[in-house]
Amino acid sequence: MTDRLDQIFVLLKHWLLGYLPESWQTPVGVVISVVCIIGLYPALFAITTVLERKGVARIQNRLGPNRVGPYGILQPMADGIKSLTKEDIVPTSADAVVHFLAPVILVVTVFMGFAVLPMGRNMVLVDMDAGLLFYFAMGASTELSVFMAGWSSRNKYSLLGAMRAVAQMISYEVALLLSSVVIVMMTGSLSLVKIVEAQNHYSYGFPHWFIFTPWGLAAFIMYAVAGTAETNRSPFDLPEGESELVAGYHTEYSGFKFALFFLGEYVAMFSISALGSTLFLGGWMAPLSVLQVVPSWIWFFGKLFVSMCVFIWLRGTLPRLRQDQLMNFAWKFVLPMCLLNLFVAGLWRFMGDGWLRWLVCSAILILAYVSIGREGMRRQKFGPRSYRYAE
Amino acid sequence: MLGDGILKGLVETARNFAGSYVSKERMTTVEYPEERLPLPEAARNFPFLVYDGDDWEKGLRCVACQICEKECPPKCIYIEKSKDKKPDYVGKPQIYPAKFDIDISVCMSCQICVEVCPFEAIKMDTEFELATDDRFGGLLLDRKQLSRSNEYYHQIHPTEASEVDARLAEEKAKVEAKAKAAAEAASAKAAAAPAAAPPATPAAKPPAPVEAKSAKAAEVAKAPAAATSPAAPKPLPGTGSDGTAPMSAEDKKAAETPAKPDEGEPKAKGEPKE
Repeated sequence: MTDRLDQIFVLLKHWLLGYLPESWQTPVGVVISVVCIIGLYPALFAITTVLERKGVARIQNRLGPNRVGPYGILQPMADGIKSLTKEDIVPTSADAVVHFLAPVILVVTVFMGFAVLPMGRNMVLVDMDAGLLFYFAMGASTELSVFMAGWSSRNKYSLLGAMRAVAQMISYEVALLLSSVVIVMMTGSLSLVKIVEAQNHYSYGFPHWFIFTPWGLAAFIMYAVAGTAETNRSPFDLPEGESELVAGYHTEYSGFKFALFFLGEYVAMFSISALGSTLFLGGWMAPLSVLQVVPSWIWFFGKLFVSMCVFIWLRGTLPRLRQDQLMNFAWKFVLPMCLLNLFVAGLWRFMGDGWLRWLVCSAILILAYVSIGREGMRRQKFGPRSYRYAE
Repeated sequence: MLGDGILKGLVETARNFAGSYVSKERMTTVEYPEERLPLPEAARNFPFLVYDGDDWEKGLRCVACQICEKECPPKCIYIEKSKDKKPDYVGKPQIYPAKFDIDISVCMSCQICVEVCPFEAIKMDTEFELATDDRFGGLLLDRKQLSRSNEYYHQIHPTEASEVDARLAEEKAKVEAKAKAAAEAASAKAAAAPAAAPPATPAAKPPAPVEAKSAKAAEVAKAPAAATSPAAPKPLPGTGSDGTAPMSAEDKKAAETPAKPDEGEPKAKGEPKE
């Protein structure tokens, strides 16, 4: 029974495919899965927008949207209708083709990442051997769409926003990749399914998730920071700093194209969270062995929900960084920590079992964290500003 | 250590998040159409016309003296006098506004009309939900739309309204006392000459001062003199002359009205000289 509930979507798909001739089954099966993914995540996006608005409102002791439907839960419907019926303005001097393609490419590449993410036991669209690599390749091409949007708009705010976004995304993508490499080192596989399987054993009822090791915890923290920056979320939402750049690279977008950018941003958050939970939090695995009766996909989406809440919580808490702080943090703190973490992971691998490797690895990481945090992130002292006037 | 500020901040926002569900005092939002804050007593928006009693048309205090119309800085008041008269709160027959329009799209809520009104007939309303889809007609209020009962005035400005009521009652009492004294004097005279009744009617204006002057010539002499000098006959000088006693408000008015034409005249005379 629990098995059947666990595999309900897989069984449903097979049951549907049973009515089709043999040669049709594979392509139709893929189409069904794709449609499910494309339908599911925008629905989650709609829920998350209202959740975010309510959550941030409560953090600020406000009520949040409560007019459309009970407790405002139909707010995303109203927003959707609004953005669909709004006039779609393309600036006359904009490059119309690129301007149109940018949001499309963003959404497409963001959705492509879900192809390799296992959302439950046996629930993965493509079990690719190089799944992680594919994911990062797709994640990197969102930068292309951001830059297309900024450049094609022919607006200085758009362009500046896009420049910031690309600089930020490239800087933090290094950290994102390096923090994930540790997992590949330990599991010896780039397949996300295999990475989940590698965490799929329990001792004393507790799971062996990678976050419960010193190098895993360090990598997870670095991954969370880099992932927040990669999705342009607060406190790293500089590309959209409205006090400086109107709205960043999507300044010149209105109506449904703007909604697509919004959708792309949130779906990227889902996908970064999903990858994070796959790499460090055991993907679809239950947090305790006794909880394994609960279907695997519930655990996956539960972890997704929790990380969304953390994103919202961070957004309600932290002020936006300055551009130089952002870059300093990426290159002077996150990157050295990630590189050190690679070394620590190797040490862990070759020190064998025992308490010694726990002690050594933790000591190295904590020492590095404190010292780099203190020395590298020290506030720079500037003298009084001096001006030189042109003569 | 790096990051402890972030943790502190996260704790603070979590406390706010949870607290917003627990304590009502944290929430500052007033959900306006359903709940609203009480307006301060001094709140004001646009003027309205006060009426006594139940019938707005009969009880309207306004006597169409047009002072407010003249004083209104943006000129948003339009008054047409009536041809006939109706009794006011003391029972004197007065003309009334046949037409009294205020264009609230022009009105700047300066309250000058309220300050100059000698009859306590125009006051400031607190009503602010006046949005309309008719830009011109919907914002041009006629006397029916403008009239509000005295009870309503008490409701929105209790202190001010009771002061006004006390003042009016005092004046009424004074007038009644004077009327009684006059009636007694008249009845005493009536024993000799049976021509006491006419002075009460406004139709007999010209003879009235003669009657009144006989009682207190020095005081009232000013008012009829003023009343005769401006060409436009206003109800006020009329009341001053036919009413045996000048009321406090009318006194003020009587002092004002002659003063203005006086000011105007020297100027008018002075300009040609220069």
